[in-house]
Amino acid sequence: MSAVALPSSDDVTPPAHSAPAGLRGLVSDWSSDKEAFHVAWGKAMMWIFLLSDTFIFGSFLTGYMTVRASTTVPWPNPSEVFALHVGGSNVPLLLIAIMTFVLISSSGTMAMAVNFAYRGDRFNAAALMFVTAAFGEMFVFMQAFEWSKLILHEGVRPWGNPMGAAQFGSTFFMITGFHGLHVTAGVIYLIVVATRLLRGKYEKKGYQIVEIAGLYWHFVDLVWVFIFAFFYLW
Amino acid sequence: MTTAATTHGQTHPISLYLKIWGLLFVLSTLSYLVDYFHFHGLLRWGLIVTFMLLKAGLIVAVFMHMAWERLALVYAILVPPLALMVLVGLMWAEADYTFLTRLFFFR
Repeated sequence: MSAVALPSSDDVTPPAHSAPAGLRGLVSDWSSDKEAFHVAWGKAMMWIFLLSDTFIFGSFLTGYMTVRASTTVPWPNPSEVFALHVGGSNVPLLLIAIMTFVLISSSGTMAMAVNFAYRGDRFNAAALMFVTAAFGEMFVFMQAFEWSKLILHEGVRPWGNPMGAAQFGSTFFMITGFHGLHVTAGVIYLIVVATRLLRGKYEKKGYQIVEIAGLYWHFVDLVWVFIFAFFYLW
Repeated sequence: MTTAATTHGQTHPISLYLKIWGLLFVLSTLSYLVDYFHFHGLLRWGLIVTFMLLKAGLIVAVFMHMAWERLALVYAILVPPLALMVLVGLMWAEADYTFLTRLFFFR
């Protein structure tokens, strides 16, 4: 890695004529053929996108904390709200637990897809990506089930609910809705990349794209870890 | 493809991923049990946050390969989110104030 020395690091005073003026000069001054991150640009950009997404979800969860901590009306007990009626008794958070395991499993298959891609086995990589997408779609379906149960049977609305603090609905629909949107987008992304992988579109570029798609997918799982802890368990 | 593999070498044995997968399952089960057994108070929150951070750490470090990235990238991605802690602190104080004001005037 130390062999990746910056080419211009020795030129203390570059000749003036080498630096172009105007807009082109601005671009060359800011780039100067220097690389901060020694990874594929697509991977660096994905990480930076995920960083921005971290701030979005971080702000959502902070907003949720704020309304929950400031309301004088009791917060509905998530353990009871999200219970499933199985065999004559209510099992707390059952659906949410299953959703969590499904998403973790999808992360596992995704990690293995990346592994196969770097070993040059694009067929297994693509197959595992389709499995990941299937798990993701399963998650979205379960979420749709959960939403309809909450809306139709429990009477939860963004502006109120029969169980307690009105803010419960608005934060719930906003946070899980935005996360579900991410899962849906991820499923589409995975299917597109896996299909292209099978068609041999990445033979020249390399299979780095699988890892980049994987980063996005693991991030979706990562966000769910925080939602699960702060929204469902708290 | 070979260049990508040689420059970044993110080729770890499959068993590593399977172990992390298993660990994530165990940690998720444990955090679910915290709710199932109705733990309360500091114990509950402590356990929830501990399991959450362990899971997040495993996902970022192993599944997202952060453990093998160069420090320039690691710091660029992991340090900025700490600013969110400041936001949380500010909003916590604000929420507390709003709560007290509501107790005074709306009850």
